[in-house]
Amino acid sequence: MASRPSSVIAGSWLWPFAGLLLLLAFNGLFSPGFFQLELVEGRLVGNPVHIAVQASKIILVAIGMTLVIATRGVDLSVGSVMAMSGSTAAVLAAAGVPFPILFAASLAVGAATGLTNGLLVSGLRIQPIVATLIFMVLGRGVAMLIAGGQPRPIQNETLLFLGNGHCWILPLPPLLALAALFATAAVVRLTPLGLFISAAGSNETAARLAGLPAARIKALVYTFSGIAAACAGLIAAARVETADPSRLGELVELDAIFAVVVGGTALTGGRFTLAGSLAGALFIQTLTLTMINQGMPPEITPVPKALVILAVCLLQSVEFRKRAAGMFRRPAAAWTPP
Amino acid sequence: MNLAFQQRWLPTLVTAAVLLLLLGVAGALYPGFLRPLVFANILRNHAYLGILAVGMTFVILSGGIDLSVGTLLAFSTILLARAIDAGLHPLPAALAVAAVGTLFGAGQGMLIHFFRLPPFLVTLAGMFLAKGLAFAVSLQSLTISHPHFDAAASFRILAPGGAPLTTATWMFLFLLAAAILLARQTRFGRNVYALGGSEDTALLMGLPIARTRVTVYALSGLCAALAALAMTLNTRSGNPAIGLGMELDAIACAVIGGTLLTGGVGSVFGTFLGVLIFGSIKTALDFHGGLDSSWLRIAMGILLLAFIVLQRALSRPGSNTN
Repeated sequence: MASRPSSVIAGSWLWPFAGLLLLLAFNGLFSPGFFQLELVEGRLVGNPVHIAVQASKIILVAIGMTLVIATRGVDLSVGSVMAMSGSTAAVLAAAGVPFPILFAASLAVGAATGLTNGLLVSGLRIQPIVATLIFMVLGRGVAMLIAGGQPRPIQNETLLFLGNGHCWILPLPPLLALAALFATAAVVRLTPLGLFISAAGSNETAARLAGLPAARIKALVYTFSGIAAACAGLIAAARVETADPSRLGELVELDAIFAVVVGGTALTGGRFTLAGSLAGALFIQTLTLTMINQGMPPEITPVPKALVILAVCLLQSVEFRKRAAGMFRRPAAAWTPP
Repeated sequence: MNLAFQQRWLPTLVTAAVLLLLLGVAGALYPGFLRPLVFANILRNHAYLGILAVGMTFVILSGGIDLSVGTLLAFSTILLARAIDAGLHPLPAALAVAAVGTLFGAGQGMLIHFFRLPPFLVTLAGMFLAKGLAFAVSLQSLTISHPHFDAAASFRILAPGGAPLTTATWMFLFLLAAAILLARQTRFGRNVYALGGSEDTALLMGLPIARTRVTVYALSGLCAALAALAMTLNTRSGNPAIGLGMELDAIACAVIGGTLLTGGVGSVFGTFLGVLIFGSIKTALDFHGGLDSSWLRIAMGILLLAFIVLQRALSRPGSNTN
């Protein structure tokens, strides 16, 4: 994006990377051997690798979420889509279906859900939170129905390789997530598509009057988010070798929104940064690991996550910065609902 | 039929029709479904959800959303259990938990109002926070045992037909009546509707929007704490791991009850009908036996979709004149 709004604080994707570096520095100081990498049976292991592997599903979901949020929307159905795609793959694999077909079928489930979300948002003009809430509720039930209400083992070698395999000494999931991120970034930045998405998000009416098919762009973006979530579902299920319809993708929508917001994409739409979302996803995973390393039970790690997301939102809030700068409150400022 | 009537009462009438249809079908399929005992159990088992949904109705009416209520409920149950476990009498413990819930909600409301943060984002963070805090209080579920608490839990009044109305049921019914009065007969209720209808207009009319919005979220937090009380009266334990998804059920009940998610239109009574629909579907599935809970989610999802599309269709003439 050539021109940025006056604020450097809200706009720059450098901030999340700075935060990430700070967090890594903290770990380097307080947990000795944090950055230690070693080769075990020809594979690289260590904390940084662990973070990258754990973050890969968040990165995949966050790619789609970034574009959705750029159109001033949000996609709450991603967790349920992960459960549906993982369950579909597990059931098809158990029936002996070859990998290309079960891969396509799982992505089709995600695409169909995403397209429905997109049509509800752009066609019926239902608010994004509400439209995607429907599939957040419905999708979890459908996933349980597909899997017969119980966890299913993944019985397909190729799929298991995607979740646990290695390329040279590096684990495959983060490589796949990064490849998806770069491919998406290339498409949206090298073609006008990114500009169209920003335009549809910053002012839909103006975009439409300028001749952009804003409704179709939105439908496309939600479909893409569904596909990205379906990929994340496949990898997450393959990683634990099981598709658990009630647990797979649970709370991932929160992590993904967190990653996108911390990464510097504004919820008001228009501006987005995929690099920032990558930093946000790594930040959240590093934060979780840091807390666990410091002796906090994993169940309590949501507390620091919540505090960080609130702090980042406050930093991005114009009102907060005004107050922090010691200025008087605007008398009776009109609040526009998001 | 004018538009105001359509927007305000048609969804409630449709909800009532759906409920009657549901009860009719369930009664025809499962003999013994239409008994006072079954109905009393629906009320008792969903008292917590009803209380959550009442709080949620006010939030949605004001044009916001509260995603933190489910995990706040979990936090409240475990806090209550821990306080009683530590030797506190159940009554001050319950009051303390109610105060914590109210403050939690008020804090979210202040962030939303004074810093202009999106409600779903603030309450999403609240959801994380309450979830983590619940586990910080105790990693395992705790049983509550105190003679006075046990007495309150086993208290029941037998209604005609031998249907037991428990303390949790009474809490829900009293809160429901109070909420209907609050929404329809008080200045605060009118302010909530005005705020949800159009914030700019409410502001120009000189309504206290800051106080109203913060109170709405505080009320939702209080309802989450009271719902936790109703739930612990049923289960006699506090559990930090519950709560996820309850906020969705509460939102679904409010929407199916005719509350418009854009705010300004809806009723607490409609939400009550929504809770009864939820409870009836769940109970009917229990009667059937073989079906698992996935059908409850699917049925609620489809109803949610149907009602949102219906409301969209009803509000379309209005949005065209803008």
